[in-house]
Amino acid sequence: MIEMREVNKTYLMGGQPLQALKDLDLNVGPGEYLSVMGPSGSGKSTLLNMIGLLDRPDSGSYRLNDEPTEALSEEARAALRRDNIGFIFQAFHLVGRLSAFENVELPMVLAGVAPAERKRAVNGVLDQVGLLSRSHHRPNQLSGGQLQRVAIARAIVMKPRILLADEPTGNLDQQSGRDIVEVLENLNQEGITLIVVTHDMAMGKRARRRGQMVDGAIVSDDLQSSGAAHAPG
Amino acid sequence: MRLADQLRFNWQVFSGHPLRTALLLLAVAIGVAAVIMLTSLGEGARRYIDAEFSSLGNRLIVVFPGRNETTGGAPPVYGNTARDLTLEDARALGRIPSIRGYAPIIAGTTPVSRGSRSREVITLGTNAGFFDVRQVTASQGRVFPARAETDALAICVLGDKLKQELFGNDWAVGEWVRIGDRRMRVIGVLEDKGESFGMDMSDIVLIPVKTAEQIFNTPGLFRVILELGEGADQDLAIERIYQVIRDRHEGEDDVTVVTQDSILAAFNNILTVLTLAIAAIGAISLVVAGILVMNISLISVSQRRGEIGLLKAIGASRRQVRELFLGESMLLMVLGIVLGAVFAYGVVYVVRGLYPAFPLMPPWWAVPSAALTALSAGLLFSWLPARRASNLDPVLAMRGIAE
Repeated sequence: MIEMREVNKTYLMGGQPLQALKDLDLNVGPGEYLSVMGPSGSGKSTLLNMIGLLDRPDSGSYRLNDEPTEALSEEARAALRRDNIGFIFQAFHLVGRLSAFENVELPMVLAGVAPAERKRAVNGVLDQVGLLSRSHHRPNQLSGGQLQRVAIARAIVMKPRILLADEPTGNLDQQSGRDIVEVLENLNQEGITLIVVTHDMAMGKRARRRGQMVDGAIVSDDLQSSGAAHAPG
Repeated sequence: MRLADQLRFNWQVFSGHPLRTALLLLAVAIGVAAVIMLTSLGEGARRYIDAEFSSLGNRLIVVFPGRNETTGGAPPVYGNTARDLTLEDARALGRIPSIRGYAPIIAGTTPVSRGSRSREVITLGTNAGFFDVRQVTASQGRVFPARAETDALAICVLGDKLKQELFGNDWAVGEWVRIGDRRMRVIGVLEDKGESFGMDMSDIVLIPVKTAEQIFNTPGLFRVILELGEGADQDLAIERIYQVIRDRHEGEDDVTVVTQDSILAAFNNILTVLTLAIAAIGAISLVVAGILVMNISLISVSQRRGEIGLLKAIGASRRQVRELFLGESMLLMVLGIVLGAVFAYGVVYVVRGLYPAFPLMPPWWAVPSAALTALSAGLLFSWLPARRASNLDPVLAMRGIAE
């Protein structure tokens, strides 16, 4: 599903090159639950952006669903991202002027899905994250945990095969964080590939497969070290 | 993305910034209204001239002595010719089958007095045909008899204002006035038709053409006004006029023939150019509104970097982001056009009510051209912000970092 080979990415920070990813190899299969941990600046978010087709590698290859992604146009990458990948961010990134319902339906609006179908799907995922009764509330009328649930609903409304979560509990209290992890793990149980980038050791350890990043490389990976298959469930 | 969804998304942006949206709408609406109202003035002037010509009567041809060929513009006041245009010439022209009526004119200024009251007014010597040709009637008394063309009768018809000046509310018909050094009996008072081509028809006195010949001591006419018959071909009639004049003037067609159409066409040309010029001045305000939209859009792109990054992260393509921002400007322009047009038509309606004599009316092309200019300016000036938004790096944009 996700195959990265010798991926490198270097940014210029204040005129100085900073290698965010260094000869990175990664294979993730369907339905896996992978957590990526590591110190700040180790390249976790860059890896997530690379997997989510928000960024391009300087060198190396990245195949998504057996399709090489390097040569794809921006339009094709946007379509691939929309149809296959859901993003969850630490800062939620909800549009303040839109209601919960409207925020969740945004990916479907961009995809040109008919209103009736959108309504059915959005109500379905809002129900799934326990926020159907709050569907007409604006972000400023919701708690942090509820905001992240709306963001999760938005990430899964297009039924993506991959869910990428960047510090999903970073802005939440402990109880809300636990609730969110539960929601994400339930989605993984349903077959969605879940990749979580986190500083939170407790959360990271809940993943069936755990990776550790240092200086742009994965220095430890349960799967690669054990060679075991990680099926969902 | 469906059009309805895009419009809804754009509208949600507007409702999130009501003051900013209102000010931008105002700028666009003012530009559109300026174009419509300014062109209304030009079109109003054109319609006013049209109406004035219509008041002259249907399809008039004016024959001036002198060969200064004129196809439009102001007619020559006095012909520059050795041969006068005479009353006999006028009668001969009146006998052309396609000519329904004719009015020889001798013009001058004379003092008209009654008792101690005296007034210097334009005096026209003409015949009974004048009243039909110029479509004027007497509100009191009667107009000239047919003999007014052949006999130097001591009669006159006063304009309405002149009658008021000399007689006040007294009955004028049958009374005597002094015109120049002659006493003449008032046989009628003209109905008040206001001004016509700068000549105040209410402040004139009409006398028989033969009498005018004696008063002004001239056998030559100032002009002859001819009225074309129903369905008559104007070009053929003009050809016949020249032919009659040549027959009577030893082969010389030493007159100038001006048609109502040619004068009207000249005025129309001038006023159309004038209207276009003021429309262009109005359009400048639309360009200024476009620049304002660009500035606000650039600020909006800067403020909404996070949102743009998010849209890209959840699958929006560059084209979609570009279309969202272009759509915002276009929707703003369309709303501004509607507001501006409604406002301008409202003002035109009110002004027409206040000044019914001036037929203020936007030309048919005012709204389409204002709309086209506004939309073009909107598209042109929002292209840069839209392009900037579509090219934002989603990762940096979501972090709020400028590239």
